[in-house]
Amino acid sequence: MSALRSPSASRPMVEIAGLHKRFGDNHVLKGIDLEVTPGEVMCLIGPSGSGKSTLLRCVNRLEVPDAGTVHVDGELIGYRERNGKLYDLRPKDIARQRRPIGMVFQRFNLFQNKTAIENIMEAPLRVARETKEVARERALQALDRVGLLDHQDHYPVQLSGGQQQRVAIARALAMRPRLMLFDEPTSALDPELVGEVLDVMRELAASGMTMIVVTHEIGFAREVGDQLVFMADGRIVERGDAREVLRNPQNPRTKQFLDAVLA
Amino acid sequence: MVSLAIREKEQRTHDDGVGAAFEPLKSVPVRHWGQMIAAAILVILLAAFIVALAQNKKLDWDVFWQNLTAADVLGGLVVTIELTVVSMAGGILLGVLLAVARLSSNRVLIGLSSAYIWFFRGVPLLVQILVWGNFALLFPRLGIGIPFTDVMFVSVNTNDVLTTFVASCVALGLHEAAYMAEVVRGGILGVDSGQREASAALGMTNAQAMWRIVLPQAMRIILPPTGNQLITLFKSSALVYVIAGQDLMTVVTGIGATTYRVMESLFVGTFWYLVIVSVLMIGQRFLEKRAARGHQR
Repeated sequence: MSALRSPSASRPMVEIAGLHKRFGDNHVLKGIDLEVTPGEVMCLIGPSGSGKSTLLRCVNRLEVPDAGTVHVDGELIGYRERNGKLYDLRPKDIARQRRPIGMVFQRFNLFQNKTAIENIMEAPLRVARETKEVARERALQALDRVGLLDHQDHYPVQLSGGQQQRVAIARALAMRPRLMLFDEPTSALDPELVGEVLDVMRELAASGMTMIVVTHEIGFAREVGDQLVFMADGRIVERGDAREVLRNPQNPRTKQFLDAVLA
Repeated sequence: MVSLAIREKEQRTHDDGVGAAFEPLKSVPVRHWGQMIAAAILVILLAAFIVALAQNKKLDWDVFWQNLTAADVLGGLVVTIELTVVSMAGGILLGVLLAVARLSSNRVLIGLSSAYIWFFRGVPLLVQILVWGNFALLFPRLGIGIPFTDVMFVSVNTNDVLTTFVASCVALGLHEAAYMAEVVRGGILGVDSGQREASAALGMTNAQAMWRIVLPQAMRIILPPTGNQLITLFKSSALVYVIAGQDLMTVVTGIGATTYRVMESLFVGTFWYLVIVSVLMIGQRFLEKRAARGHQR
């Protein structure tokens, strides 16, 4: 596999091959192969501890896999390949690779010392080196997109969980990512606030964004998901068209899990 | 009586303007007799002590008032403040570096930082001050040369560079850095790791995440103990009188020794230490309020 490849329409946005990850004695990912095509919404489901979040975090190298490769938009994540040998990338090069990959966390992780609009402007100003005017203009657009224009000067503690998560999505979008990673974006929310976040994600999917979504929201997966991947014990147990898998799971473990969640 | 007054204030009719007015329930508050008796005894003892001090025939209050604003006392106070400011600035700077080194992934840096903290926290400050004050006994000349050889490019007489003021600053600053390193490290660790992950996911470098996101939030945790450190350092600076540091303590003990008015001169020192500490405490409260931004509704 090469880091430099000719761009083609059929090139996957994400290509994961032979991925292993171990935390001490805990073998969390046991050989994952996965492809996400541009514009696709892939939903990752599975019981807790199955490795879904770890897999997601390997895509933007918040976790360093022990074996296997991750390509995003054709670029090998974390290494430079030269003369058939892999060299670890410097932290600043990894930081550059993360720029086009947006991430939304379960616990929002908004910068507590900054207001909503400052949260969104931080990376465009400091990372993309945009001018203040451009960054502000784009931040306002992003805030408008998630319906929080009137909350721009609120600090995170002054926002509800749902509002915080929508700001977090706007923050990721302000870097104009080609890929969005969602790590259980609604799991930390009060039930009545889940809908507003899913609405934003639904709209994002409709706009053609490539998304990998770790979620327990089966309804969202059925409605918005293209590909559905069911993981258990660090392996992919079943995958396929989201509606198809949910309607008619082939693997007994998938069936058992879905019965339990949908009960 | 006081508690009754407060009660009456609360017992006004509440009206939130939407017709949900109510009359608070009236009740007789519990009398804590034990606490009242204890308070009364303590107040009497304190009053007795103050009177005993004020009427003490052995104390010459004129000496106290004369020396309170004497030129050399105020000069000593200025030296004490200078000493505190320089040592604290150096201590914070070195402390941040030590904390970052301790939290790095380089084992040598972690080891060196830990060893530094172990040593400078472990050796009594008084000993450190004496060592730096008498450094010339160990190294009569200081200079720049090639390590592990006798080649020296430039060198100076140790006592010309390491004056008592500089030696005092070095001793207090290096000691302070060990404590500040732990304070800063605690502050950095107290910031949720999600803040750094979010920074990384946005493409920020470690340094950007540290200076823009983590440290500003760590300040909220770092400030209260730093205020305490500053106050402690200010008072600990009195120890430099053992190397004749020309600070407030050196001056007041000197006055005590020449006039045989030991207590009166110590009270002069006490007065000024308390004044400055009070000012520092007010400043500390102000800074803590500022740093709490984004953490209160």
